[in-house]
Amino acid sequence: MTTKSIGIIVFPGSNCEYDVASVLEAMGTKTRFIWHGQGDLGDVSGLILPGGFAHGDYLRPGAIARFSPVMSSVREFAKSGRSVLGICNGFQVLTEAGLLPGALQKNAHLKFLCKEVELEVASAKSSATSLTEIGQRLRLPINHFEGNYTCDPGTLGELESNNQVVLRYVDNPNGSMNSIAGVCSIERNVVGMMPHPERACDDLLGSVDGLQIFKSFISNL
Amino acid sequence: MNGKSMRFQAKVQVWLRPGIADPEGHTVFEAIHALGYSGIAGVRMGKIISLDVEADSKESAEKRVSEIATSLLSNPVLEDVEIQINEA
Repeated sequence: MTTKSIGIIVFPGSNCEYDVASVLEAMGTKTRFIWHGQGDLGDVSGLILPGGFAHGDYLRPGAIARFSPVMSSVREFAKSGRSVLGICNGFQVLTEAGLLPGALQKNAHLKFLCKEVELEVASAKSSATSLTEIGQRLRLPINHFEGNYTCDPGTLGELESNNQVVLRYVDNPNGSMNSIAGVCSIERNVVGMMPHPERACDDLLGSVDGLQIFKSFISNL
Repeated sequence: MNGKSMRFQAKVQVWLRPGIADPEGHTVFEAIHALGYSGIAGVRMGKIISLDVEADSKESAEKRVSEIATSLLSNPVLEDVEIQINEA
């Protein structure tokens, strides 16, 4: 049996790729960094777009990253039904690329937020929450300026009626509509979330709740 | 003739769409009132992006700038654009 491998997309300005790789490797999964300038994803079974500031967040977070050569391969990968997870800046990239609905607007009150927050699982039917249960509480850190989830009322209605909201803030820190912290695609294989599960996978860091996200993701490879 | 003989300057203004919270604009609005000015009914913050364009006609310059403005310079979920093009 060969161990399945997870590709981690690295843009100029990504800064959470080593944290994600470290967690996944400790869980016994192979990882491979994929530079944004290459179109070939190689033989990977899942993709993670990590946090950071891709292309310096110039223009808007994710606005330039969306046009990186690797993104057309990411799009094809997602369309094939395989699992894709965008964390923080990776979530912003996925919305800009149109792989997830909505957009991440500047936080309410223009506050940069860096703290642990409590989340509630809103749907366990996604590639990143499949081993959790609805209503389960997770403590994960957030670290963002543009995390205020926004979309038009029609899209919001569809997200809710299709159960595409996967995570909600218990105490909305950034003004996100309906306290949305994470959403999935209609096919449920592409997930984006603002909190950082990779920073909550060791007791030393105060929470191991992030493991729930990665265990779910690995189980869907 | 290279077919791109005319030069234009395009100004792309990017605004948050109506209904999208603009906390920066609101804060500036409050500061204006704190300074004692009256008669300012609203403030909106936006961006201006200037492009130097070479094209064979104003129409073709407008078409290209419009595509760039909606595909890259703005996010239609959050923002509207206004474009002005003048011969340079």
